[in-house]
Amino acid sequence: MAAATKEQIEERMTEALVSFGAERDDVKRDADWESLDVDSLDLVELAQIVEEEYGVKMKEEDMKEMKTVGDAVDFVAERAGS
Amino acid sequence: MTRRVAITGIGAVTPLGVGADGLIERWSAGESGIEDGFGRCREFDPEEHLSIKTARRADRFTQLSLVACGEALSQAGWDDEPPVDPGRTGCVMGTGIGGIGTIEDQLEVLRERGAEAVSALAVPMMMANAASGVVAMRHGLKGQCYGTVSACAAGAHALGAGVRMVQHGDADACVAGGAEAGLTPFAQAAFANMGATSPSGVSRPFDARRDGFVMGEAAAALVLESEESARERGAEVLGYVTGYGATADAHHLTAPEPSGDGASRAIELALADAEVGPDGVDWVNAHGTSTSLNDASETEALKQALGERAREIPVSSLKSAIGHTFGAAGAVEAAATALALRRGVAPPTVGWEERDESCDLDYVPGEARALEGNGRPLCAISNSFGFGGHNAVLCMEAA
Repeated sequence: MAAATKEQIEERMTEALVSFGAERDDVKRDADWESLDVDSLDLVELAQIVEEEYGVKMKEEDMKEMKTVGDAVDFVAERAGS
Repeated sequence: MTRRVAITGIGAVTPLGVGADGLIERWSAGESGIEDGFGRCREFDPEEHLSIKTARRADRFTQLSLVACGEALSQAGWDDEPPVDPGRTGCVMGTGIGGIGTIEDQLEVLRERGAEAVSALAVPMMMANAASGVVAMRHGLKGQCYGTVSACAAGAHALGAGVRMVQHGDADACVAGGAEAGLTPFAQAAFANMGATSPSGVSRPFDARRDGFVMGEAAAALVLESEESARERGAEVLGYVTGYGATADAHHLTAPEPSGDGASRAIELALADAEVGPDGVDWVNAHGTSTSLNDASETEALKQALGERAREIPVSSLKSAIGHTFGAAGAVEAAATALALRRGVAPPTVGWEERDESCDLDYVPGEARALEGNGRPLCAISNSFGFGGHNAVLCMEAA
């Protein structure tokens, strides 16, 4: 699997969140899930995308620690391609 | 003493368009929504009515339900503050299969990409009770809420459940109906291989040339409300559901009892519930599927339940215009019945031409016919029967 840059990961996650129904302009690093109307089902879907595309597992306990888009992007970027 | 059940809202999405008015106008004009052998809701675009989030989390049968129930509830006055205590407002939606499109899509994901790729939304989208749950969530309805599953009688059973809820005071209002979106490759193959669907692709209920049903999709709902509640808040009463009867054939997995016994008992129960005799029935909105067996046994059932009067009453089948919408059918037909009684017309069995020995009633060929109530409000029955031997009949009255 080719290593992805943090920017690429952020773009892919933004695209996923927009496809879940979030407004593109609202998806920023410091945006929290509630403000994007992202719930536990969306996070499971996001985890599936991340695992399939970057080979990074986001477990339930990991997701509990992620409060914002930036938290999730950083989590994946740290582990992707490593 | 049970309470009288008024209809204060009607909604429908059908092959004849988005909206209940289009359904009755176009059916009454003898139009058909069937194209290329299927009754699709071609004019329905989920994105026009639902947010991205709502649409992607809902199977098509739930999407159709949201729009049909939204129309009915809006007409009944649910746009702003709920006009009836949410805790005393129910929601019951019937379906034959539920989210079969989701099941088929996700099975493909499972086989092609493995178990880990199956969507976390698969269960909440495919479950047969999704329509009722999602509609209740969207409108904040907090009374009894569930789905009914009885093949092609599911929509009528849902309405029957809603009627009892209101009659007996378990709720003051209930949005009830049915939905189906099963025009999928698997369902098409399965129905075709059991010999149920029409090889010619023409829906011709009660006609000698009928050769099976045409598959359709739809959703419809009625807001049922105690007459007292409707009057108190000044809601317009669009009609009444005065009776409900349901039975089982206990005969065969798919074939109706040839004598029509189960169906005729359901009709008799609905009429008894409504305290109406055969002479009080002005129109029959038939199940009329266009299968050889149903249309003959339904004709028998009508003769058994209504006696000589059966020969004087016009009998129409909406399936001639939209095909068989399975779990939605009972609800779409009840919606159409309420609307037809309001207009005082029996819409036609579209395309009926050739009399069959086993179907010898008046099936309203050609064009819509004015109904005469003889000085009292018009009254009709709406029949629904399902694979498994389920029979459900509603008796309805004009306002």
